[in-house]
Amino acid sequence: MTATEEAPVAELGRARLRKEDERLITGQTNWTDNIKLPGMLHVAFLRSPFAHARIRSVDVSAARDEPGVIAAYSGADFAGEQGSLPCAWPVTPDIVIPDHPPMATEEVRYVGEAVACVVARDRYAAADALNAIEIDYDPLPPVLDIREAIKDGSPKVHEAGNQSFDFLFQQGDLDSTFRDAPVVVERTFRQQRLIPAAMEPRAVVASGVGGEFTLWSATQIPHILRLMLAMVTGIGEQNLRVIAPDVGGGFGSKLQVTAEEVLALLITRKLGRPVKWTESRSEGNMTVHHGRDQWQRIKIAADRDGRIRALDVDLLADMGAYLMLVTPGVPVLGAFMFNSIYKMDGYSFRCRGVFTTKMPTDAYRGAGRPEATFAIERIMDELAVELGMEPLELRERNWIKHEEFPFTTISGLTYDSGNYEAATAKAKELFGYDELRAEQQRRRDSADPVQLGIGISTFTEMCGLAPSRVLGSLAYGAGGWESASIRMLPTGKVEVVTGSSAHGQGHETAWSQIVADKLGVPFEDIRVLHGDTQSSPRGMDTYGSRSLTVGGMALVSACGKVIDKAKPIAAGLLEVSADDLEWTPGRFTVKGDPDKGVSIGEIALATFAAHALPDGVEPSIDADATYDPENFSFPHGTHLCATEIDTETGFVKIRKYVAVDDIGKVVNPLIVEGQVHGGLAQGIAQALYEEAVYDDDGNLVTTTLADYLVPAASDLPSYVTGRTESPADNSLGVKGVGEAGTIASTPAVVNAIVDALRPFGIHDITMPCTPERVWRAIHSARGGEQASAAEQHEARQNDQTQGNSPAGIGDIDQSGSTS
Amino acid sequence: MAEVTVTVDGVKYADSVEPRMLLVHYLREVVGKTGTPIGCDTSNCGACTVLMDGESVKSCSVLAVQADGAQVTTIEGMAEGGQLHPLQQAFHESHALQCGYCTPGMIMAAADLLRENPHPSDEEIREGLEGNLCRCTGYENIVRAVRRAAEAGVNQ
Repeated sequence: MTATEEAPVAELGRARLRKEDERLITGQTNWTDNIKLPGMLHVAFLRSPFAHARIRSVDVSAARDEPGVIAAYSGADFAGEQGSLPCAWPVTPDIVIPDHPPMATEEVRYVGEAVACVVARDRYAAADALNAIEIDYDPLPPVLDIREAIKDGSPKVHEAGNQSFDFLFQQGDLDSTFRDAPVVVERTFRQQRLIPAAMEPRAVVASGVGGEFTLWSATQIPHILRLMLAMVTGIGEQNLRVIAPDVGGGFGSKLQVTAEEVLALLITRKLGRPVKWTESRSEGNMTVHHGRDQWQRIKIAADRDGRIRALDVDLLADMGAYLMLVTPGVPVLGAFMFNSIYKMDGYSFRCRGVFTTKMPTDAYRGAGRPEATFAIERIMDELAVELGMEPLELRERNWIKHEEFPFTTISGLTYDSGNYEAATAKAKELFGYDELRAEQQRRRDSADPVQLGIGISTFTEMCGLAPSRVLGSLAYGAGGWESASIRMLPTGKVEVVTGSSAHGQGHETAWSQIVADKLGVPFEDIRVLHGDTQSSPRGMDTYGSRSLTVGGMALVSACGKVIDKAKPIAAGLLEVSADDLEWTPGRFTVKGDPDKGVSIGEIALATFAAHALPDGVEPSIDADATYDPENFSFPHGTHLCATEIDTETGFVKIRKYVAVDDIGKVVNPLIVEGQVHGGLAQGIAQALYEEAVYDDDGNLVTTTLADYLVPAASDLPSYVTGRTESPADNSLGVKGVGEAGTIASTPAVVNAIVDALRPFGIHDITMPCTPERVWRAIHSARGGEQASAAEQHEARQNDQTQGNSPAGIGDIDQSGSTS
Repeated sequence: MAEVTVTVDGVKYADSVEPRMLLVHYLREVVGKTGTPIGCDTSNCGACTVLMDGESVKSCSVLAVQADGAQVTTIEGMAEGGQLHPLQQAFHESHALQCGYCTPGMIMAAADLLRENPHPSDEEIREGLEGNLCRCTGYENIVRAVRRAAEAGVNQ
């Protein structure tokens, strides 16, 4: 540290290569499953083969005699200590939250629920011994279709019935608006059930030494997990350390307090030895929480000139068998998002959460916003057809104009910034919109067997979860703040502690850029610590595209405090008044005498020695900060998709995909682009490939990656990305980006498919839009023969044409359905 | 138990293993090569891809006893003399990884792809890597990275 040191170039906005990569590309990783502790044992779980059954008896005694087996347990062995897995989001005062024991004791309610376990010397021995466990079940009727489950007389999942909650939000006069509006369009859309499928399967290691417990887990939420585990198990929070080492993706699936985490802790407490559990993919597909799974009835009223008057949304949301950490909150987030970027006079949102005998649902990338965005962007296209309007023109007719920000929407959110005109103009240009429309017309005119469709998604979303007072008003069980600390080391190096818990997002890089920029220290001199409640004691973790907009802002605040604390020390070192000092990142200098100054590193060293600090100044410039956002973050953008559909095979090919996103200011454009790419892939996958399928007995049939079609490189297009920049109302000007691509892309793809097929009289295809479904829709529209048996089975699962409308979702306009 | 002798990343190991032990478990739990992760149990994801006698295999679908006498290269053997392999360098420079869980398998599969086809088109890269799944990147930057490594002449 010398007085001649040059200020580094601006870090914010720089495409820094990631610090994280070195260990990840060389295999020097620290995945939870890599951990080996002395004396460590392995746990394997026996899981229910029934979707719904009474447990008559469980006998684990023979398993205990198997070679290498240390212990075997049934639910009864944990009866006094396992508690109930938590649900932190009671969305209505009268919500039904059933007891959810980590290991079932009396009844199983989905295939895969843990009923017993073996603890053995190695994972092979543990798995072998599961065969020796005897369980007697009395099967009960499975409950699989939420439209049936909500009806009187349906078999019950829980004694209290199948409805968990009924949430209603209304604004404006809907009855008269719908009665008087010249145009009303109503549709029912299916949000299929998805499996998050992070590449790293879940894994847990638990150890207890001298009453101090440590739990390593492939989790997104070490801090929330620590608190919840303490509450569930009764282990004092001060005696529990949770570590999220390298975590291989989450997408919401690791935003959970799982049965296996609780049980690993209890087993290590019973045995006094460390234990590990690692799931197989087949086990994970069954027992990692699922996403989406809604029936959406949506009705829109408009004037003939296209002005939207009102929107009426009625959702049935499949909770699965239990409410997990934020299960009920996910569909309810849609309350704020169905109105999207559009202005209207009336809005109604109703959501009923319904129990079934399937794996619980919970957060999956976008969590409530992709579902809402899909429905509104789909029905905007349907309304455009009804009005004979160009779909982009209809959107522009209704969206919030850029000069109207900040704008309070009908659902009560205040959007701080945005420019839908600019994003759309840029997207149209990158896409070649007019040329593609002309080509579409040519193909239609020539009855080309390959038809072209153009899909639009002008989306926004709410992220950066979240202002604590808003979460409180929504009955969420925690705040939405984030914490950061800066430790200035005597050598001038910097340790940054964050409560965010990265699992692929690149926080070590982006956070270093922010601190380098604010404190003027070299990027390389900064180490970011995260994911361990011992080194990072306070945090709300990573989900909901919150890390930068909340955690990054906490970091900015902590940097400000470091500078404030450094100032009187600098004044002392320079023997001037603090009022005479000027801060430029990295240095305090004397006003009017820029050669006279002291660097932040020199000040850090001075506090280490502390020999000559001014009176009353503590020998530290370290700082902690906690930031609670005042508002959500509202990224937006315009996505355009062109699909080619082979009408003879039903095969859908994405010809071009353009994503123009407005996420405000960008810290690292490389990381941002990667987030957008990955988000697009997951949204496209919902449109075209992925679906968790249960058979009529409630068995998950998509247990492997051969059945559950996570797309490969050959299944996905190359993306064209662009950005516009409407800075957000925070000092970095940043918005969230992690979920935007997923939220925007699903309707863009399905709109493109439907657009291509409009000339056939087709107005919807149920997701995933497989070649078979597309072919059947075309075949049927052309007057094909009666549906085959296979077709009828398929229709039972997902089609909207069956006469089994849910109670209260009756009178659905079925004209938009597949066949 | 069966006796196997396997050379892993240039070091010879002789061990007694259960005949049913998978190569990936042998690598991870016996040899300690935890750089090779496991992503599924049906050989669909490719996270555990290694080179066996120069050709890529999914080490979850090979038994340790089948690797007896073989030369196995894992991600941990790719960098030489402190120098990253050109594919590792290209993955870093192209931001071709996020969580990094698929990365070892992706790099090993890409190495085999470029061995067979040193100058693949983007479509050939996508086809060549279809046995390896990534959930984070959407593949765009993985394709860029393999192209970048090919342009750098990784196999020449």
